[in-house]
Amino acid sequence: MKKNRTLENAIAAIPSGAVIMVGGFGNPGTPFSLISELVRQGQTDLTLIKNDANEAGHGVSRLIENGQVKKLITTHIGLNKGVIDRMNRGDVEVQFHPQGMLAEKIRTAGAGSFGFLTDIGIDSEITRPEDLLDWQGKTYKVEMALSADFALLHAAHADWLGNLVYQGSAINFSPLMAMAANHVIVETPDLGAPGCFIPEQVHTPGAFVDSVVPLASLTSDYGILEHHVRR
Amino acid sequence: MSVVERILSRAVMEITPGSIVNLGIGLPTQVMHYLPDDFDVQIHSENGILGAWKQAAPEQMDPFLIDAAGAYVSLREGASLFDSAVSFAMIRRARLDLTMIGAFEVDAHGNLANWKIPGKFSPGIGGAMELAQKTQRIVVLTTHTDKHGNPKILKTCRLPLTAKACVSRIISDLAVMDVTDQGLVVREKLVEISDADLQALTEAELTFATEGGTA
Repeated sequence: MKKNRTLENAIAAIPSGAVIMVGGFGNPGTPFSLISELVRQGQTDLTLIKNDANEAGHGVSRLIENGQVKKLITTHIGLNKGVIDRMNRGDVEVQFHPQGMLAEKIRTAGAGSFGFLTDIGIDSEITRPEDLLDWQGKTYKVEMALSADFALLHAAHADWLGNLVYQGSAINFSPLMAMAANHVIVETPDLGAPGCFIPEQVHTPGAFVDSVVPLASLTSDYGILEHHVRR
Repeated sequence: MSVVERILSRAVMEITPGSIVNLGIGLPTQVMHYLPDDFDVQIHSENGILGAWKQAAPEQMDPFLIDAAGAYVSLREGASLFDSAVSFAMIRRARLDLTMIGAFEVDAHGNLANWKIPGKFSPGIGGAMELAQKTQRIVVLTTHTDKHGNPKILKTCRLPLTAKACVSRIISDLAVMDVTDQGLVVREKLVEISDADLQALTEAELTFATEGGTA
């Protein structure tokens, strides 16, 4: 079955109040085109799950700046002072997790399990007494799986069955989120017919993907950010 | 030499041949540029790279290949790319030999605080808790005092901790200090400064065991 959708139709499936995972670590892997359409359609009261908040004026920062986000579940927003200010003012609720814990919570949901035991952050303020479990003489922190209604992802290459290949450091959270969300929407600048991939090289098998949105071209959002170039 | 250059040029000497090293956001990521081009090291970047290397020439720069701080990197021969769960499995399984990391505060017990200044600047945890808790050796790179001149090297951290008793060594713009059971021991001075003057800029109590220091 062909999973091709138009940008507008794919994003129209998202209701206000949805919990949405967004791929990307900084720019690479951020689905800028899907996010732009979500800004345009204007769904509100969203909960976003993303490694970071992108940078001011880019990616998920636009959804936050536009007042569409009530809660951000993330690991690090140090490159986005504007979102830190909004958090401090109480305009958006921000929940921080250790980065590998966020990844593992998502991976766990994607594997159909419910939680795991860890010692990360066990004696820091992010751990509440009720998170602790004594088991066979040792104390662990319980981390619960984290799933979502939707995932928005960018793939360098896809076929219309939803098989995905990522590029460079744009892999990051995307294959984990593809497995953990109930409805997975992927944008790609390179949509091929089945058979265009060597099967062993597929990062995300098509079974996890619901909609594939072909992009005619990549906007400047996907290019080099001049202020990150070392002179 | 600027304050930053002094820290970085000393920090690069911590990297031993054949090691796997993570360089945190801020000062540490810049250490890479002080390594010789043929140096035998694998730089781990928590966004999913083992074998990250210096920025490519402008026409070869890849917008889909950055380090954890957003800087454009290249890949060395033998590099690998992977997802965030694998990246942090590598960290938690203690496959990294060294992490260099920044600090808001660090103290005489080797406690580290670098993720939250309540109500002011809370960048978040990022990879810091896992790196600090699980890397075999943690070296903190920091200015000796903050921009107001207040000590950052304290008796006991006051900010929320990233991890307890995780730091082995502190490299500031003034000195190299080791965390020991007896507190902080100054191994080297990086500028002309008396023991008394260095102590005056440090809240934690220092003992001095400098070898051929400049003071």
